Amino acid sequence: MHEMAMAQGVMEIVESYAKKSNATKVRTIALLIGEMTGVVFESLEFCFKATAKGTIAENAEMKLKSIPLIGHCNDCGNESHIENYNFFCPQCGSAKVDIISGRELRVEYLEVD
Amino acid sequence: MEVQVMQDILGSNDKLAAENKKIFDEYGIFVLNLIGSPGAGKTSLLEKTIGSLKNHLRLAVIEGDLFTSKDADRIADHDVPVIQINTSGGCHLDAMMVKKVLSKLDLQNLDLVIIENVGNLVCPAEFNIGEDTKAVVLSITEGDDKPLKYPLIFKEASAVVLNKIDILPFTNFDMENARHDINCLHPGISIIETSCRTDNGLDQWCSWLRAAAYEKNERMKKNNG
Repeated sequence: MHEMAMAQGVMEIVESYAKKSNATKVRTIALLIGEMTGVVFESLEFCFKATAKGTIAENAEMKLKSIPLIGHCNDCGNESHIENYNFFCPQCGSAKVDIISGRELRVEYLEVD
Repeated sequence: MEVQVMQDILGSNDKLAAENKKIFDEYGIFVLNLIGSPGAGKTSLLEKTIGSLKNHLRLAVIEGDLFTSKDADRIADHDVPVIQINTSGGCHLDAMMVKKVLSKLDLQNLDLVIIENVGNLVCPAEFNIGEDTKAVVLSITEGDDKPLKYPLIFKEASAVVLNKIDILPFTNFDMENARHDINCLHPGISIIETSCRTDNGLDQWCSWLRAAAYEKNERMKKNNG
């Protein structure tokens, strides 16, 4: 249940940015969550509701944007979705494929009053 | 009003982990974050590792456990320094927990610190704690389908220990399939088959760990003058 720890991480970020922009209420919290992360969005939402009770972000809506797992081949330059967690390049067979997206656990933006 | 943020949710943990790592780096200590399911054989592997390495490297152990000191007691029997972290139900160690116990380590007189994480294949993969690298222990009884079911830890780790191979003949575990999936997930990763009952493969595991520790110890000696 590490979603609780993540909810607390979201809360810290939300409070700090809400304060910076002199907000009185946080309406929306937009998250970017990569495909290759161990997060259950519903659990995170549930944990955040509990964490946000009595704060500026109580009743804020969480918006989720899923980020696909994309690899970049350092040998042939191919960029494509990683299928079935097979990190060999589908074009040239190289083993030198880096993850360029899909590991995000990020607060993208807030909507505040 | 929209406020742009673009901040990592685990950013404060990552920052603390980097601070921990900097301290370990200053003392040239290699740190291994050992991860695996409950019952995979992490503590047994650790006991065997200590027996094999303690005459060659100055090592200490940090034991992560929900509530008990059962594992730490086992390690203490091997006459190496061991520190217990109880997470009180928390499913993973985080960087703050490790930071809090750093002062209990005799950093000046260590080459290797092994941190046994809480038994879990999911959560510990997301939380850096200041380690140089992660190793994952997967036991035969868990099944060869686990790498693709828990891909992140196999991507994050730099070695996989396939433990309890002595009971391989009594199971349906498909070694070829397990090796194939792990290698697709993480091309080039070290895959080491071990049994802590027959001692099979332990030399290979200990050599891998010793070489990794030695490389950092020497590199840091040069860097730190």
